Amino acid sequence: MMNNALLIDAINVQNWTYILVGITFAIYISIAIWSRASSTKEFYVAGGGVSPWANGMATAADWMSAASFIGMAGIISFAGYDGAVYLMGWTGGYVLLALLLAPYLRKFGKFTVPDFIGDRYYSDTARIVAVICALLVSFTYVAGQMRGVGIVFSRFLEVDINTGVIIGMLIVLFYAVLGGMKGITYTQVAQYCVLIFAFMVPAIFISIQMTGNPVPQFGFGSELADGSGTYLLDKLDGLSTELGFAEYTNGSKSLIDVFAITLALMVGTAGLPHVIVRFFTVKRVKDARKSAGIALLLIAVLYTTAPAVAVFARTNMIETVSNQPYNNVPQWFKKWETTGLITFTDKNNDGLIQYVADESQNELVVDRDIMVLANPEIANLPNWVIALVAAGGLAAALSTAAGLLLVISSSVSHDLIKKVYNPNISEKGELIAARISAVGAVCIAGYFGINPPDFVAAVVALAFGLAAASFFPAIVLGIFYKRMNKEGAVAGMVVGIAIMLYYIVKFKFGWLNDTIPDKNEWWFGISPEGFGAVAMVVNFVVSIVVMKFTKAPPSVVQDIVENIRIPSGAGEASNH
Amino acid sequence: MTSQEKAKAYWKENIRYVIILLVIWFLVSYGAGILFKDALNTIKIGGFKLGFWFAQQGAIYVFVILIFIYVRLMNKLDKKYGYDE
Repeated sequence: MMNNALLIDAINVQNWTYILVGITFAIYISIAIWSRASSTKEFYVAGGGVSPWANGMATAADWMSAASFIGMAGIISFAGYDGAVYLMGWTGGYVLLALLLAPYLRKFGKFTVPDFIGDRYYSDTARIVAVICALLVSFTYVAGQMRGVGIVFSRFLEVDINTGVIIGMLIVLFYAVLGGMKGITYTQVAQYCVLIFAFMVPAIFISIQMTGNPVPQFGFGSELADGSGTYLLDKLDGLSTELGFAEYTNGSKSLIDVFAITLALMVGTAGLPHVIVRFFTVKRVKDARKSAGIALLLIAVLYTTAPAVAVFARTNMIETVSNQPYNNVPQWFKKWETTGLITFTDKNNDGLIQYVADESQNELVVDRDIMVLANPEIANLPNWVIALVAAGGLAAALSTAAGLLLVISSSVSHDLIKKVYNPNISEKGELIAARISAVGAVCIAGYFGINPPDFVAAVVALAFGLAAASFFPAIVLGIFYKRMNKEGAVAGMVVGIAIMLYYIVKFKFGWLNDTIPDKNEWWFGISPEGFGAVAMVVNFVVSIVVMKFTKAPPSVVQDIVENIRIPSGAGEASNH
Repeated sequence: MTSQEKAKAYWKENIRYVIILLVIWFLVSYGAGILFKDALNTIKIGGFKLGFWFAQQGAIYVFVILIFIYVRLMNKLDKKYGYDE
């Protein structure tokens, strides 16, 4: 009887998943067919006529990847206060984007970030350095996304993880190659709706369950619903210290490292090409500012809910398993154990689960990534909610992958082929080149998804660090410092990237020594994740010093700078 | 005003807004959420310690508000100088 009931339950989740994923995929594909790109302008910047709301939603979906959707709340639930580096780091960058970059880049009115760097610094060297950075950053990112797609498919549709990656590749290929930026933008609008709904529904359910408050943002600061009169956070602090972990609301990273990581992530966010390029798609300069605000508002919905989910999940998990007999664990525990993402070894053979900070006595290892995925099951939510989380995770991973693939294909077809190797290429030829590059990029991304290099996680730090160390200073100086010249900008970018690479290779991969050097050897006590902040400062300093000793940029370029500072007359993004 | 003087005056006001807003941006995140977190944590609002709340909630709300304030200020400024469209 019991087994039958469980079987029916399992089939239902499965069927719900097929139904929800099927419906959402059908929507994405229909949008792609409806919004095919017919010119390079439509392919690169969606024709330049996207409304601020549509662009805001697309930016939000583009930005929130599988890492934000699946990973972040899990990371926070294990890091406590320290999780703030991601929360502030991945949102605060939008203030920099709105105030320092987006309006001016929109006024400048070209297609890509290397376009701006190459024109503003009147140099193909600068352009090629920018292309290399853009490709490096985007490939790093996209490999992680394809892996995310594979994991969600394999977990919920019970296909092989590689089959999952290939299905994901085919879907992205279809709408990115056909629709270009135009197709991607309107699919992302749909994907935002799917992913935010999928994230909020379980969060609201659990918030009501635990605290009686339907708003998760307030719920995790409320009293528990069990009538004990204890605040949820106080209870979690107590549970954490009892088990030997750091107090949840205090964290364990050093102050300088928290500061540096937050800064590196903020500046890196503002320097990421797939984010910046979204602001080329709106009609006017004022729309660029407004859509940055809308994008952050929509992102903030998820980012302020995630810390609440983290607290709910962490408390629930500790309460359900800590010091409980292993034979009595709930069904979800066994199910995730079979995937290897939860492991239990009864070190002292007492049949109880000891979950403590001390490694030698701890018997339970829980993968951080399952917190969001398993949360609805832990809280016994209805089957359709569990299935919804799968559809949401796929929407998050696919939308980000598509945005990145577009940056890769336009870097190749526009920045390299059109601007450097073959300026005489026809519009039609460039469009074909763009589509072929997109196909190539999907294949390479898929390859990395199927054979993930074991340093993927480490390279994400590198992606933000590189963006912070290269693009951000070069673009900001290009707008706000009229005298900045190509010598300064190129020297700054090259030195910034070099020092960033050196630090990651030395302290993250440990390739320069036999082992990864100890934390005590970090410069200024800053981790590789936070080093982008230092590399950015180095870039600024080198740029300004070199600029002082070299000649001012030509007056034509200074006129460009004066022109981009005035918002009116942005016209349409152009190829000339 | 010549068009060049106008552009200069517009730019100067813009920079002033940007600096003021970025100071607030810095204070809520790096200030309240990181540097002065421990001091603020002695204050509690509901179940939230204030420093923790700024780091995981408050700073993000302020970021959103800051951008919309900038949008409003700049739309007004664009009109004042006749750069709106």
